Amino acid sequence: MIQTPESEKEMSTPAQPSSLASVANAKPARTQPTQATGTGLEARGIHAWFGSNHVLADVNLEFAAGSVTALIGPSGCGKSTFIRTINRMHEFIPGAAMAGEVLLDGKDVYASGVDVTKIRLQIGMVFQKPNPFPSMTIGENVLSGLKLAQLKVENKDELLESCLVRAGLWNEVKDRLGAHGGSLSGGQQQRLCIARALAVSPQVLLMDEPCSALDPGSTLRIEETIRELSDTMTIVIVTHNMQQAARVSDYTAFFLSDGGPGQMIEVARTSEIFSQPKDQRTENYVTGRFG
Amino acid sequence: MTTTAVPRKPWEKSPKDRARDFSFFIFAIAFSYAFVGVTQMKGKLAYAFVFFVAYGVIVSVFSYISRGAPAAKDAFVKTLVALGAVITLLPIASIIFTVIRRGLPGLKLNLFTQDMSLAAPTDPLTNGGVLHAITGTLTLVVLALVMSVPIGILTALYLTEIRGRFSGPIRFLVQAMSGVPSIVAGLFILSAVLYPIAKSYSALMGALALTILMIPTVARTSEEVLQLIPNDLREAGTALGGTQWRTVAMIVVPAARSGLLTAVILGIARIAGETAPLLLLTGGGDKVNPNPFNGSVGSLPYYIWKSFNAGSPESLTRAWAGLLVLMILVLLLFVLARALSTRKVSK
Repeated sequence: MIQTPESEKEMSTPAQPSSLASVANAKPARTQPTQATGTGLEARGIHAWFGSNHVLADVNLEFAAGSVTALIGPSGCGKSTFIRTINRMHEFIPGAAMAGEVLLDGKDVYASGVDVTKIRLQIGMVFQKPNPFPSMTIGENVLSGLKLAQLKVENKDELLESCLVRAGLWNEVKDRLGAHGGSLSGGQQQRLCIARALAVSPQVLLMDEPCSALDPGSTLRIEETIRELSDTMTIVIVTHNMQQAARVSDYTAFFLSDGGPGQMIEVARTSEIFSQPKDQRTENYVTGRFG
Repeated sequence: MTTTAVPRKPWEKSPKDRARDFSFFIFAIAFSYAFVGVTQMKGKLAYAFVFFVAYGVIVSVFSYISRGAPAAKDAFVKTLVALGAVITLLPIASIIFTVIRRGLPGLKLNLFTQDMSLAAPTDPLTNGGVLHAITGTLTLVVLALVMSVPIGILTALYLTEIRGRFSGPIRFLVQAMSGVPSIVAGLFILSAVLYPIAKSYSALMGALALTILMIPTVARTSEEVLQLIPNDLREAGTALGGTQWRTVAMIVVPAARSGLLTAVILGIARIAGETAPLLLLTGGGDKVNPNPFNGSVGSLPYYIWKSFNAGSPESLTRAWAGLLVLMILVLLLFVLARALSTRKVSK
């Protein structure tokens, strides 16, 4: 059977933009007003370098309090570097440098005299690979942030339970809080890491591809957790999975590197990014024509 | 009708294969006996050597006939590797066997309850013991541990966590230090501390020299262990608002705990049998010395050396018994450290 090129093209073009957009729209609408504290987070003119290698140029992004923002884009476009500049983890890499401002409640986290450990308490982070502390039990892992930062809490058991409940892990581990974190499955370990980040009550939570090492079931659990958490905190999530961005985020920012430093091409409501992106490159990426 | 599946292992050798391999083995043994008998070769090593050559040749030839040249090479290399393992094990097994055989006759109860202050080298074995040497060696090891473990682990932490600008030179110096001959460490303490400052033999002087020998072992092993701790954990600790010190103390070091204990065990193994510096620095007294900071003190290596030099049959037996006690002591320290390192976190 011979087909004309036209008909072949018609058949193979996926209806992806509209389907992702419908996923984005299918999220439960935000009915409750957000309880997130603070006035949000803003990155102004962020540049980043590793040695003489300019990896990120002039990123300007605002994150409204209580919103979920997804950062999408091909590998090596500076998404992870960008979120690591937000909680000042960028500076741990030898040879790293940066320019610009990160404003948390209007104050620059890079201003002189700022206590960097306090910044990291306010801006929590969940990493790509689940990394529970191997020498600690499940319970100790959740409360480890308090010990690390030498914080005092009145009711530790209550905090432990509420963090695990919010991370969606309580029912699975409540009978074995004394077991080691390593005895959990990968997805459970990642939710343990989320619970650990919640225990120090951050107002912003950064997630660097939190589901890339997990199976679909665990991914779904974590996405539910993200939606629930966004009632009380601002979330920034890096993801390679566009379905995931469509499912969890209110806003989506598209990053791209054209061989030079990575740039933020476009940011908009998630439904817009997946239905009518303004930039041709964004459309190419979200429709799967490259990347 | 149901068929029950019987678990089997088709990849394993059949009884026939086993019988064939066993016959090769027997044949190689028989051949080595015959060959050594016919030729002028003598001794156990000759039997072992001929056996390995014969076995290697038989297996290789068989493999060549049945499966070709690559299989023959494979079989030959396998025999060679097994030979290497046996050559390594032989001296160790021989040492342990000899020490036990010759040391056991001297292992009397009084060995552990008496010292040599009232016993002459020619006294019967029921008189005198190694109590002074055991306590002396333990004192020396504990003092050296107290000094070298903190220094060694802090050095390793500097190299892996702080990574300061002196990391390169320090790493180089620590490596160079691990090559310092023990007699040099002994002479250094003798001329730098004992003669000008302390002016008397003591356990502390010996321990100082042992510390010099132990630090590089502890530092290098700890560094290797700490480098195995994934960077993820350090980042996770810092991202939770911990300072670098809190992160290292609460996460990195506990995660490396069993490895760090191994470093300490290796350090102890390095110094427990060390003799040369002790000859120069401890005086090797025959009486239990409760003061580690002053006065001549005995130790097991010193006792062994002294007993061998005394030359009487009784003192030779004492020396072997001392060797046995030293080996048991080191073994006990190993077992203790292992037990500590694998102990479950309580709570």
